[in-house]
Amino acid sequence: MKTRVIVTLKPGVLDPQGKAVHHALTGLGFGGVNDVRIGKIVELELADGTDATQIDEMCRKLLANTVIENYRIETV
Amino acid sequence: MKSAVIVFPGSNCDRDLAVALRETTGAEPVMVWHGETSLPDGIDIIGVPGGFSYGDYLRSGAMAARSPVMRAVADAASKGVAVLGVCNGFQVLTETGLLPGALMRNAGLNFVCRDVDLSVANSQTMFTAKYDDAEAIRIPVAHHDGNYFADDATLDRLEGDGRVAFRYAGPVNGSARNIAGIVNDAGNVLGLMPHPERMIDAGAHGRTDGRRLFEGLIEALG
Repeated sequence: MKTRVIVTLKPGVLDPQGKAVHHALTGLGFGGVNDVRIGKIVELELADGTDATQIDEMCRKLLANTVIENYRIETV
Repeated sequence: MKSAVIVFPGSNCDRDLAVALRETTGAEPVMVWHGETSLPDGIDIIGVPGGFSYGDYLRSGAMAARSPVMRAVADAASKGVAVLGVCNGFQVLTETGLLPGALMRNAGLNFVCRDVDLSVANSQTMFTAKYDDAEAIRIPVAHHDGNYFADDATLDRLEGDGRVAFRYAGPVNGSARNIAGIVNDAGNVLGLMPHPERMIDAGAHGRTDGRRLFEGLIEALG
């Protein structure tokens, strides 16, 4: 089964890359962009029936740094 | 005094750190490869060096923090062995959970590579005993991800407990409260972004501001 983990910076954590991309979008003439935040997507190909708690543990132990990042798990 | 330097694939300051430890302890450090599951007996100081361990994949220090040797380092740290993490080593120590917070991309997005002015925030740690409180020193930095982040409660606790060892004299990378280096609760683990091992030799480096970190630590452990 294919599972997608979406890792995003927690609200309030400064995202300099997002800010630079925001600036660049504005520079390209795109109006109305109020904010840009950059995250990561990790696609996992897992054995069928992999326990949800196990996927959650993968996120907490490695895929996300919960000091600065949130994550959510989507089964594709 | 026995020391060890951990070597990850992608470490590039391991030999500089080994030279600094050799020069100050008078003994050759043991270089320990990341795949090892234990450290040699009787190690007093563990150096976690700078570099780009595992190519900084996922997050700086993230992969190195999960390597077999770091379990042995965490175990030694819990027994009071001194651990010094420099630059990528600091990132590895936060990713391991031995130090709180995280090191994020520099606020200006630039890789910062220059000598920076620091202030000794607490001269009472085992790593700063040879400095004076609020002493101004100059040590080089070379990093892309040195922007220290922790929540306000953690920052307050670090400051209240005297666990901020070094601060930047002015903004360098966006670090919260200009934090350049912190120690753990027990005081035997230091992580810092500046490279003290690159400022130990008056001839080669011009100054020796970093040397006293090693000398003070050795004296404290002696």
